[in-house]
Amino acid sequence: MANEVCFSTIDKKIPWSLQTYREQGGYDVWQRVLKQKTKPDEIIAEVKASNLRGRGGAGFPTGLKWSFMPRSAPGQKFVVCNSDEGEPGTCKDRDILRFNPHAIIEGMAIAGYTLGATLGYNYIRGEFWEPYERFEAALAEARAAGLLGRNILGSGVDFELHSHLGGGAYICGEETALLESIEGKKGQPRFKPPFPASYGLFGRPTTINNTESFASIPYILRNGGPWFAKLGKPNNGGTKLFSVSGHVNKPGNFEVAMGTPFSELLALAGGVRDGHKLKAVIPGGSSTPVMPADVIMDCTMDYDSLAKAGSMLGAGSVIVMDDSTCMVRALARMSHFYYEESCGQCTPCREGTGWLARVIHRIEHGHGKNEDLDLLDDVADKIQGRTICGLGDAAAMPVASFIKHFRAEFQYHIDHKKCMVGGV
Amino acid sequence: MNAQVKEMSKLALLTAADLKEIDSEIAKYPEEQRQSAVMAALRIVQDSNQGSLNQDLMDAVAEYLRMPPIAVYEVATFYSMYEHKPVGKHKVCVCTNISCMLRGSDGIVSHLKQRLGISFGEVTEDGKFSLKEVECLGACCGAPMFQIGKQYYENLTPAKVDEILDNLD
Repeated sequence: MANEVCFSTIDKKIPWSLQTYREQGGYDVWQRVLKQKTKPDEIIAEVKASNLRGRGGAGFPTGLKWSFMPRSAPGQKFVVCNSDEGEPGTCKDRDILRFNPHAIIEGMAIAGYTLGATLGYNYIRGEFWEPYERFEAALAEARAAGLLGRNILGSGVDFELHSHLGGGAYICGEETALLESIEGKKGQPRFKPPFPASYGLFGRPTTINNTESFASIPYILRNGGPWFAKLGKPNNGGTKLFSVSGHVNKPGNFEVAMGTPFSELLALAGGVRDGHKLKAVIPGGSSTPVMPADVIMDCTMDYDSLAKAGSMLGAGSVIVMDDSTCMVRALARMSHFYYEESCGQCTPCREGTGWLARVIHRIEHGHGKNEDLDLLDDVADKIQGRTICGLGDAAAMPVASFIKHFRAEFQYHIDHKKCMVGGV
Repeated sequence: MNAQVKEMSKLALLTAADLKEIDSEIAKYPEEQRQSAVMAALRIVQDSNQGSLNQDLMDAVAEYLRMPPIAVYEVATFYSMYEHKPVGKHKVCVCTNISCMLRGSDGIVSHLKQRLGISFGEVTEDGKFSLKEVECLGACCGAPMFQIGKQYYENLTPAKVDEILDNLD
């Protein structure tokens, strides 16, 4: 069982075309909703029944999020899609944009109708030019077919959708930074509350979901919430796209059921690079705690199993590291990333990410001091929970987990001024 | 004198084609939200200026979008895709983040540096190439990878890098 939802067009001749999408029943739900004027409450109930949880990494139940939207409040409201994919290890939304853009459009249109929003934006990271052009072409097809715009198919319902290209900033994946960015500002996160459902884009009620979440919506409504829920396991509904990268024979995106054993996913990716043994896995993107091989091999790929084992499913971005990996080097690279991408708004993150990166860098290069490991723990601890958004936590969590599980390797670097592994 | 210079309009720096494209971006947003088009406007203007911005161009964008110039500078310096120094005709943006690193981006970087004779942040003497280290570009399953202009190139090897660069004008 694979490729049943967001990737269901991927084996077709022209996966991204309107014709391909329509052949599998695409836009049927949208047309039915427009014709029957389905009650928004019914749609939200169906999404709740699907157990779909936000695919951007937070895993918040999508139906519940939708229910927070004051949809009958007067004035303009918005739906926004977060296609600012930038978490190291994550490359799934890029493939949905490239291969199934109409599912995103239909999902956003249905969301717009349900939540009382007549205008939507898909925020696509600036580097994604090919996916952007694919999405723009799909928008043009949908408009030409009368599926977007004013008084759609004579229903009296309006919904217009545009893409907004980013400019290169990881932080804009944080939903309130993303809103600031659409408003033409620096992408610096806002305090929450107020949450976007009450004060969002241009100060108006706004619902933001990830690309994969929106693209799942048409399939959920076509086949029913329970169908989607049953694809996965209790509390972890549906399928999920996993980006498997790093030391595997066949890196790739795989859409499989929530709750798939890690070992099966690893096998789909061709197993660990030939001649090597699995050392560690970062299961949900660089912000999620690293897991030693023996721990992850006993896990299934879903929110609950990974949380129980001390990590997170995140965006399903599985970074595989074999026995040639220097864990100090790996952490040094990721810490540099957070230092680069901190927006500079909160002191603990702005200063702390630099500290972390510099201390890990000096350990890696043989200048580490004995007290450095405690110092790293201390700095990480002082960042966590003390910032406006989650970037600070995301920078701190890998540090704590790498030192926890691979302390001996860090200590070796400090004591011997060289690496005990010798590769990457 | 200075005051006069400051008040001079810089709108003439924007081409008709640029303005047309910026207008189509402005049209995406509610009428009172012209500022929302600033990221697109900076990209468009940068593309028509050999890939980089300067203060006059940022001022022109500010004037056209009716924004304080400082608000435009903030955006132009916050996002990594805007350039404030000249770049090569082909800007080679190499990802060195974790997934690419695990699959040999170091080797790609050293090959590029050797072949082009430049380091990160530099431009070749003939102006053809510049090299930039970038954070994760979201193509981790095709690692190692780089972006040149708008195009992604994945599963790179030194031989493939040579082939790609040889085929660029």
